[in-house]
Amino acid sequence: MLLALQSLTKTFVGMKALDEVDFELASGEVHALLGENGAGKSTLIKCLTGVYRRDAGSILLDGRDISPDSTSRAQALGIGTVYQEVNLLPNLTVAQNLTFGHEPRRFGIISPRAQRRRAAQMLEGYGLDIDLDRDLGSYSVAVQQLVAIARAVELSGRVLILDEPTASLDDREVQMLFAVVRRLRDRGLGIIFVSHFLDQVYALCDRITVLRNGCRIVTERSDSLDRVRLIEHMLGRELAAQEESEKRHRRSAPLAGEPLLSFAGVGRRGFVEPFDLEVQRGEVIGMSGLLGSGRTETAELMFGIRRMHSGTVSDAEGDLRLNNPRDAIAAGFGFAPEDRKTDGIIADLSIRDNIVLAMQARRGWLRRVPRAEQKRLAADYIERLDIRTSGPEKAVGELSGGNQQKVVLARWLAMNPRFLVLDEPTRGIDVGAHAEILQLVRELTARGMAVLVISSELDELIAVSDRVIVLRDRRQVARLSGSDITLENVVHAIAASDEHREVSA
Amino acid sequence: MRNPRLYPLLATIAIFIIAYAICYLQFPYILSTRVAGNLLTDNAYLGIVAVGMTIVILSGGIDLSVGSVIAFSGVFIAVMLRDSGLHPLAVFALLLVITTAFGAAMGWLIYRLAMPAFIVTLAGMFLVRGVAYMMSIDSIPIDHPFFTSLQRVYWLMPGKGRLTLIGVVMLLAFVVGHIIAHRTRFGANVFALGGGEQTARLMGSRVGRTTVMIYAFSGLMAGLGGIVFALYTGSGYPLATVGTELTAIATVVIGGTLLTGGAGYVFGTLFGVLTMGLIQTYIVFDGTLSSWWTRIAIGVLLLAFIVLQKGLLRLTTARSAA
Amino acid sequence: MPAAVKRILPQLITLLGVMVLVSLVFPDFLSIDYSDGRLVGPVIDVLKRGAPVALLAVGMTLVVATGGIDLSVGTLMAITGAVAAAAIVAGHGLVLAIVLALAAGLCAGGFSGFLVAVVGIQPIVATLILMISGRGIAQLITEGRILTFNMPGFAFLGSGTLLGVPVPVWIWLAVTALAIVIVRRTALGLLIESVGINRRASALAGVNARVILIAVYMASGLCAALAGIITTADIRGADANNAGLWLELDAILATVLGGNSLRGGRFSISAAVIGALIIQTINTGILLAGFPSEYNLVIKAVLVILILVVQSPSLAGDLKRLGSQLSRRAPRRSAKAAPQRSDR
Repeated sequence: MLLALQSLTKTFVGMKALDEVDFELASGEVHALLGENGAGKSTLIKCLTGVYRRDAGSILLDGRDISPDSTSRAQALGIGTVYQEVNLLPNLTVAQNLTFGHEPRRFGIISPRAQRRRAAQMLEGYGLDIDLDRDLGSYSVAVQQLVAIARAVELSGRVLILDEPTASLDDREVQMLFAVVRRLRDRGLGIIFVSHFLDQVYALCDRITVLRNGCRIVTERSDSLDRVRLIEHMLGRELAAQEESEKRHRRSAPLAGEPLLSFAGVGRRGFVEPFDLEVQRGEVIGMSGLLGSGRTETAELMFGIRRMHSGTVSDAEGDLRLNNPRDAIAAGFGFAPEDRKTDGIIADLSIRDNIVLAMQARRGWLRRVPRAEQKRLAADYIERLDIRTSGPEKAVGELSGGNQQKVVLARWLAMNPRFLVLDEPTRGIDVGAHAEILQLVRELTARGMAVLVISSELDELIAVSDRVIVLRDRRQVARLSGSDITLENVVHAIAASDEHREVSA
Repeated sequence: MRNPRLYPLLATIAIFIIAYAICYLQFPYILSTRVAGNLLTDNAYLGIVAVGMTIVILSGGIDLSVGSVIAFSGVFIAVMLRDSGLHPLAVFALLLVITTAFGAAMGWLIYRLAMPAFIVTLAGMFLVRGVAYMMSIDSIPIDHPFFTSLQRVYWLMPGKGRLTLIGVVMLLAFVVGHIIAHRTRFGANVFALGGGEQTARLMGSRVGRTTVMIYAFSGLMAGLGGIVFALYTGSGYPLATVGTELTAIATVVIGGTLLTGGAGYVFGTLFGVLTMGLIQTYIVFDGTLSSWWTRIAIGVLLLAFIVLQKGLLRLTTARSAA
Repeated sequence: MPAAVKRILPQLITLLGVMVLVSLVFPDFLSIDYSDGRLVGPVIDVLKRGAPVALLAVGMTLVVATGGIDLSVGTLMAITGAVAAAAIVAGHGLVLAIVLALAAGLCAGGFSGFLVAVVGIQPIVATLILMISGRGIAQLITEGRILTFNMPGFAFLGSGTLLGVPVPVWIWLAVTALAIVIVRRTALGLLIESVGINRRASALAGVNARVILIAVYMASGLCAALAGIITTADIRGADANNAGLWLELDAILATVLGGNSLRGGRFSISAAVIGALIIQTINTGILLAGFPSEYNLVIKAVLVILILVVQSPSLAGDLKRLGSQLSRRAPRRSAKAAPQRSDR
């Protein structure tokens, strides 16, 4: 075995990111590493590349125990990595990037000619015909990706980790990349391939390992693991559990009457394909799909974070203008983003400040929310949402993930929106808070608010939604409602490969 | 020349040539070797300091201490030659060791404290200026025979222009700076740091070492600039060259280097310095224009270059994202 | 409010410490006399001479709170002073002179703010443009001379006394109080802090970050204009070369002394103003104590470095690590355990 991880464990403050994970990689193999956000993929990779130090377990390369403590050490040991965000320097030329740190020199002076020759040698066999003296940044991501691979292979040459390399490539570029990867595999490299494009995984990989919540769920040959089972592994819960969720009582029919909001032909080129959606008062719309299917992008479009290129949004009163978040908030929208830390909370400010922020921004700086009102709001929501804190003046950054999420929710509830978008509202939250937030969603809709929930946890989505929309490749591929909302139907809609798309849609 | 990385450099050279042409049309004498020689001599200290500043800015940093270091150097040389009886060359060597060590110390603080270079070098600027004051508050003339003989070294160009020693030192500084920035591994690390510290580290660059060396080099160049300035003025004065750091930064940017780091050419800075000198020369020739137009013109050029580069950056990122 | 007092306590203690130190060397430091209807004494002198930096510190604090920095305030003092002086020389009245100077400050601040908020240029770079070219503009206005004037009404702003206290002291006290009231009694303070801590999340919550950013640079310009007016009025002339020279650095130092992080976020205007007084006390103290003023810069430099060391997040981590290593006596060679600075 080329590379073997045994009982690898890594803990961050209170969270087990990796829990006794085993993983093996043979030379001449492409091994897919799959899992949703937070499953532990990136932690595993960072342990391999020396960004993190593991807490327990061992990493064996050619049977020898290694503990890389920096990227360059990992490289020297033979483990090279290429990330989705190309980790090369866009401001250096292609040749400089390829030879960085190993420039051919005479008397300490770099010879540009030798440097170019060396770079050209490194790129041989990659099918690239590019000007080595141009800035790397002036080339497409695909080219940068290949250059990064060439550098990683040259420097390490044993194990190559490709972390979401195809996320921003088009079909032709993907084929180009795959040709290179297959050639490297045939040369005897062991390749770890991380991707959320299942078609690509099946096209390229020999074996598949699935991680979920920091645990290894399964490792199997890709030709014996069918797509539906794979998605079950990734999203959790075996189909057996489905019956129970089917028994859940569903509201009889969608509420009749005028829709609260209608999105018609809303889309943005290269971001989200145009879609139609009518939102009824008091309903929960679930949005499902794998990472990269356009879930978050759809929410960003709805909330005015990105401008739509086409389509209209209207309510009973007429058309709405949604050019920025302020417009969306004025229209009665709210949005709790997926990445709470960077997009949601203002970490150094108090719970009280965070809760009143949206309301305050809406009122304008001159009309301050009176202090008494602020305190009342904070106390109210701390109690209603059961935010665990020593008091309303505590900085939000010091709270646990679940309580931070509740603060963000409180911020929007204080605005009393008519349409609330929750992107992965339960990610990284402990089980108790999890249930509370789902309960809250139901309470809100009972009072007429419409909620769009984006989640990669299928059973939760199925439990809470009145309708489920399934996205794949940035377009809506299925809409399920009533008794059609079953785990099986959702999984099949996600899993359907291109040929079957029409059938399931 | 379709390589876009050359655009800012080409713009700089084009601006210089156009400016020279305009000057020439009004004052044909400007195209003489005398004017050219003076241009080099008058701006020698600035050019040398700007070489160091270019490296610093290429790495994404900034060094506000250089103006103070020049003043300190002048005072140090004057005091040492007056009081110690050391040979000027020994004094020069001692000075360069001091300023290089000073720069290295600042680089170490910047890296170690993870603080903005702007603040650390600001403290350095106060410190060095203060030390210069403490050595003397008055201007001290320098009249060592060897020193004065150095001042008189020049080569008479055809057309009676004088290529002075300090002018040559500046040109040499640019050559050395060019090799260091564009032909050594250290230079590659400087560019890498300017392109992104995190990425640089991931690519195996030793960020701490590079940072120390960058500011040490800037200190060395500032010390050399101080020697040249002392030769140019024949005295040491602690209040001299106030604000030279800003002028040096401006010449670097007008020379086509990205102020946020990662892109640029050392030779671009030479044209930045010459453009600035040319504006001053033009104002002197004109006679009716006042000196403050220099600063305003520099400000306008600075704004133009910063906005131009921002535009270029947006253009390229938009293209690679599409 | 006890919380507000607690916030400025370190600055107050520092100020007190510096004053005690100065008194030790110059025992008459705290003596105040009353003559000719005005208070005189070193302390009054500190309060008066500290006025420009105190004013600049008010605006600088707001800019720093958004994670920015304004290098142009020193030169803005020269520009606005020149504008006021030129207006007076041209025969315009007192009010118009002041209004024009303030407007010039607002415009210049708006220019920097536009570059930062809309064009997306780094604050240091954006404000550097005016820092470099500003004195040229000021000289353009004064035509290179020291533009002197004789208008008692205007001079009063710089050298007059009201109720025995110099007018500049009243001005910075009033501006400080007004600024605190504005940012704390309205929601401006909250919005500025939220933009400074997390611009993206703030924008997602509906905060108009662009407007906030432009506003703080305009406020900084306004404060610089007031400082410029005082300085010009004090010497009854506009000196384009020396008015406000290096005061942007003192203002930044005052802001940092006031415990305001250069990374942005929570801020305290009063602490920054006390920081300005600390600086001025040191300046005056060095003079009074008979040291040559040359020591001033060295002392300031040492001060800055000390503050940096204390504020440095990575150093704090190192010390902690060192402490725990000493107590554990880990055999592992520790210096190599590279500091995790990935957050930057």
